[in-house]
Amino acid sequence: MFESLTDRLNETFARLNRKGRLTEADVDEAMREVRRALLEADVNFKVAKEFVGAVRERAVGQDVLRSLTPAQTVIGIANEELVRVLGEEPEGLKAPDKPPQILMLVGLQGSGKTTHAAKLALHLRKQGRNPLLVAADVYRPAAINQLQALGKQVGITVYEEGTGANPVSIAANALRWAQDRGHNPVIVDTAGRLQIDERLMQELVDIRDRVRPTEILLVADAMTGQEAVGVAQAFHDQVGASGLILTKMDGDARGGAALSIRAVTGVPIKFIGTGEKLDALEPFYPSRLAGRILGMGDILSLVERAQEQLDGDEDPTKLQERMLKGNFNLEDFLDQLQKIKKMGPLTQLLDMIPGLGAQMRQAKAQISDDDYKHIEAIIYSMTPDERRNPDVIGKRRTARIARGSGRTPQEVKALLKQFEEMQKMMGQLGKMAKKGKMPPGLGGPGGGGFPGLPLR
Amino acid sequence: MILKFFRRKSAPDAQLEQGLEKTRRGVFLEITRLFDRGVLDDDLYEELEMLLIQADVGWDVSQKLVAELRRRVERDRLVDPLAAREILREEMIQLLEGSMRNRTVKILQRGVPFVIMVVGVNGVGKTTSIAKLAAYHQGFGRSVMVAAGDTFRAAAIDQLTVWGERLGVPVIAHAQGGDPGAVVFDAMRAAHARNADVLILDTAGRLHTKHNLMAELGKLRGIVQKSVPDAPQETILVIDATTGQNGLVQAKEFSASVAITDILIAKLDGTAKGGIAFAVAKELGTPISYVGTGEKATDLAEFRPETYVDSLFFGQGEGF
Repeated sequence: MFESLTDRLNETFARLNRKGRLTEADVDEAMREVRRALLEADVNFKVAKEFVGAVRERAVGQDVLRSLTPAQTVIGIANEELVRVLGEEPEGLKAPDKPPQILMLVGLQGSGKTTHAAKLALHLRKQGRNPLLVAADVYRPAAINQLQALGKQVGITVYEEGTGANPVSIAANALRWAQDRGHNPVIVDTAGRLQIDERLMQELVDIRDRVRPTEILLVADAMTGQEAVGVAQAFHDQVGASGLILTKMDGDARGGAALSIRAVTGVPIKFIGTGEKLDALEPFYPSRLAGRILGMGDILSLVERAQEQLDGDEDPTKLQERMLKGNFNLEDFLDQLQKIKKMGPLTQLLDMIPGLGAQMRQAKAQISDDDYKHIEAIIYSMTPDERRNPDVIGKRRTARIARGSGRTPQEVKALLKQFEEMQKMMGQLGKMAKKGKMPPGLGGPGGGGFPGLPLR
Repeated sequence: MILKFFRRKSAPDAQLEQGLEKTRRGVFLEITRLFDRGVLDDDLYEELEMLLIQADVGWDVSQKLVAELRRRVERDRLVDPLAAREILREEMIQLLEGSMRNRTVKILQRGVPFVIMVVGVNGVGKTTSIAKLAAYHQGFGRSVMVAAGDTFRAAAIDQLTVWGERLGVPVIAHAQGGDPGAVVFDAMRAAHARNADVLILDTAGRLHTKHNLMAELGKLRGIVQKSVPDAPQETILVIDATTGQNGLVQAKEFSASVAITDILIAKLDGTAKGGIAFAVAKELGTPISYVGTGEKATDLAEFRPETYVDSLFFGQGEGF
């Protein structure tokens, strides 16, 4: 729904260009668009103002006025500035002076503390650690059960004393308990609270003073609006945060709140939560969020996901060879399709591709992940022989496949036709590659990605 | 001026209370002060726009509100800032009231359960809001039942069960990981069998970008309609008051999957103003019907545009 900043700046400059030379006032108009993009991404208005000031100064200095691609220049500067504010390199968790490492999670209600306590525990156990989860939320009904259930799911011990105990003593007891049993790190899940609730804020201070956590991680929802700064500032001033976990990043929120929090408190963003599954926790990369705030896509995350899926693949070059000979079949196609599917919902993948024009974005609205399923269903309804050799599929077989997959015969035919064209195209590409007209490395590892993925 | 709206359980300390007041007042004090300055100049309009944006009203709606104010001030050649302030107040209330006219008339029929389906993204406060809605309907002497349709989140069922015990409301639940459709099916039967007036369906939190999960909502709706064709009579989208511009996208996407009849703004007891309500009302015309203001079952109020605008933006009125 948001028009990307790139599109808007292009429009702005195109309009201005018609007048001939660009002036400083034109740059101001472009800056208005930058500011608007930031505000629409929920960047705090004060932060947005300062930020635009910095971008403007550099833009004028770098002679955007004489640049042939002023939009790109402005975007480039804005992107660089964003990365600078967000903290250049990803930051990991601090090591404790002496073990165990104690991680305390704090935040508003519903930001995702309990889920992320469990995610963090799983993440650290994968690094060979022996974490302990501590249930210190005695207020929300069933919060302790939730942590226990999550702990059970991933086989991580949960320390709890029920809802009658005091969170401060729970944390202290848990620490002793962990030390006796060699648990490290100790992850303390606290109750969600409003930053203006002085009594509950004091409780956090008391827990902090008692257990001296290595890190106090503020858990914040990526969809938070302008209040993010006030909330983060209050938690930071009263309890002191050392890091931020930005949750629900698998949605389509631009996550401008993160920029604001970072800019105002200086607290580094350490992790992002990207899904409901407990392994959906990723280290934070400033450049990726910068691209997202500006609506530029996130090609790096896309490549990473592709690599994850293709890792341990038999021999990608072999498939590529066969493909280029036009010698691949519907089974290969299904296999590729499933790999793409594992990378995440299609719409989300498309969002990561930078520079998708307005046209493509419109097409996106019509693509649903059901299309995958329909294609899958059609191919599954074919015999192994038909999959390897689609030419044998005639009218009767088409009708049978349609019945079997619950799709219409037209859809089956369309899929076959598209597949045939793809095969031809691949064959041609292969010939070109042979003649040296084109480098053989098609599309990175595994040569994945059929160009004509039949989607309506 | 008592903001009942912001009532909290404990805070006997007067000094402390004062401290809180300061945090709460931010935006509306500034809006009021802005018009106390005496001149209607560009600076005022610009600052006003900023204040609206700060309340999450959003770039687009803020621009339009300010432009409309400006137009009316210029048309009527107004010089009195207080008159201008009144116009702004009027415009804001009107914007919200426009959507309130879309509220459907709801009729409770004997022997037919009034089904309320509650949906929203993760962590907005659906389960707590359901407890509040249950208490709200109990307040009218209606018998209420609740279905634990969130079979995904760990302990969501327990959370609802605890509320059910506190309120004396039967909770229809299956095991975690079960099929929410089956829960809804059983709940519909139970509601008929026990002659419940109101049945509230909890659903798992889902991001509006998850196609499959959104489609599941449509399926649940279908199950409800098998036994009561015009149910759910109310489908409530819960939006967290701290939500920024994504709230509008949420409202659009949820409306596309299930017909949202009402919006409940939860967690309006913090410092957030829930300004996204304006964008939602303007763009979608979906009525904001309820506000949630605390952690107790009684902390629910019917939304009234005038009260909302007065107490959150102009610092007047009694609050909800």
